[in-house]
Amino acid sequence: MRFGMGQQRITRAECAHVAALARLELTDEELDRFTGQLDELLDHVAEVEALDLEALPPTMHALPIANLLRPDTPGEVLDRGEVLAQAPFAEEGQFRVPPVLGEAP
Amino acid sequence: MTAVEIAAAVRSGQRSARSVVDEHLDAIAGGDAGIHAFNLVAAAQARARADEIDGAVAAGSDPGPLAGVPVALKDNLCTRGLATTCSSRILEGWAPPYDATVVEQLHNAGAVVVGKTNMDEFAMGSSTENSAFGPTRNPCDTSRVPGGSSGGSAAAVAAGFAPVALGSDTGGSIRQPAALCGVVGVKPTYGLVSRYGLVAFASSLDQIGPFTTTVADAAAVLDVIGGPDARDSTSISEPQPPVSDTLADGVDGLRVGVLAELSGNGIAPDVAARLKAAVGALESAGARVAEASVPAAVFGLSAYYLIAPAEASSNLARYDGVRYGLRVDGPSTPDMNTATRSAGFGDEVKRRIMIGTYALSAGYYDAYYGKAQKVRTLIIDDFASVWERFDLLVSPTSPTTAFPLGERTADPMAMYMSDVCTVPVNLTGQAAMSVPYGVGDDGLPVGVQIMAPALGEPVMFRAAAVLEASL
Repeated sequence: MRFGMGQQRITRAECAHVAALARLELTDEELDRFTGQLDELLDHVAEVEALDLEALPPTMHALPIANLLRPDTPGEVLDRGEVLAQAPFAEEGQFRVPPVLGEAP
Repeated sequence: MTAVEIAAAVRSGQRSARSVVDEHLDAIAGGDAGIHAFNLVAAAQARARADEIDGAVAAGSDPGPLAGVPVALKDNLCTRGLATTCSSRILEGWAPPYDATVVEQLHNAGAVVVGKTNMDEFAMGSSTENSAFGPTRNPCDTSRVPGGSSGGSAAAVAAGFAPVALGSDTGGSIRQPAALCGVVGVKPTYGLVSRYGLVAFASSLDQIGPFTTTVADAAAVLDVIGGPDARDSTSISEPQPPVSDTLADGVDGLRVGVLAELSGNGIAPDVAARLKAAVGALESAGARVAEASVPAAVFGLSAYYLIAPAEASSNLARYDGVRYGLRVDGPSTPDMNTATRSAGFGDEVKRRIMIGTYALSAGYYDAYYGKAQKVRTLIIDDFASVWERFDLLVSPTSPTTAFPLGERTADPMAMYMSDVCTVPVNLTGQAAMSVPYGVGDDGLPVGVQIMAPALGEPVMFRAAAVLEASL
């Protein structure tokens, strides 16, 4: 919902689709508000559309760095019990989750 | 007392670490209710650690260059066994099973962690109002924001709760709150300080750095936390010279550029006046000052607000209710994931995840994320040509002094504009810092930003020391 002169860049339906992709469930009020706010941001960043960037390579990382490899030797690792103690649910040395596929047994 | 003074007194046995730590814990207990700099105060742990340091001094051993110095840590730095929340409900109650590298380094240097500081949730924000635990207030005027996202760390140092705090800076989250609270804040060169144990927001931009009351303290802390770390694959692998050694070398003959694109349009007149005064001070000290232009810097904000959310949408996918903190149950794992994330994340985090997901999604990737990465190249190239003619650049750190609480919370774009002076340097990976330089018309602190090429910290700190001494 934008009250400016420009075209709307993201619709409410697209916003709902993006939320679903990101595993977020939004209320109607949130969806209305976020659609307007995301549209305003996308409208602002559209200022770069006028730039001729064809010849430029993309930058993933600001500084030239090479992959660092460590020796492939066993070392100290996190304690499993300590890690699992911080999980919402753990059982038999593993994270416990609800059914991933289909109905609960 | 400054950190350097505390360490000297504790190492020489003039003062006990315990008395220093008690004094700061008392200040927190007496004053933090009105500021809310801390999410957690680790009083018992801090006192025990101080006693350990005093024991070491008594036994004739040196506890290190930060002996007995109280340190506050932004709540996105992992501390073993000590809750680390990122000021998010989604991590409430989680205690990491390991320490961040910087936490180990501070410990090994004799510093004492006194607590974890409030922040914008997952470091997304410029005012520390996006915290699930309520906002932090600016100690200079409690009706104003402290800046963000490391507002708790800036406020803790400004209020005298700790002489040193660590924060993280993805788009200005150390420098902007430092400016608004009137303290020194440093964003080191990307890769200088290990990110191991820093909860990731935007991995190609995040960097840890110190808040202090003096430039010498910031140098002392940076000398402890800088350096290679095998646990961070983006860590710069060569050790760097200590910044403290050349702090007093001055700026005589240095070429300083006033960065035009970040110093004119949109800068409040009282802030611009303080920058002018700072430039005068550098000139008086022998620097050769001229206007510098980085035309692409004006597109920094646009590139940043696509790249940072894109990286965040990927990094924050891990908060799914399986391994950490909050879980809101559902009939299936996908339902549980969605219920947990919807309940656990605040509005700003949801917005950024959505922007990032959108910018990376099929059909929009080239138009948004791909384009932003090319703008990043353009900005890097523009800076590279400026560094042929200048040793340092200066600009305001923030376009305005601290703004009132609530002023920008309903308008994300207005909040994003707070970062206009600070984001370009995150995109380029260069070093930058904010140095307090007097006050604006409202009596609130103004910060001057000094920028240096990658690994230009020694020269940058020389200029900071000159500015500090000129006040």
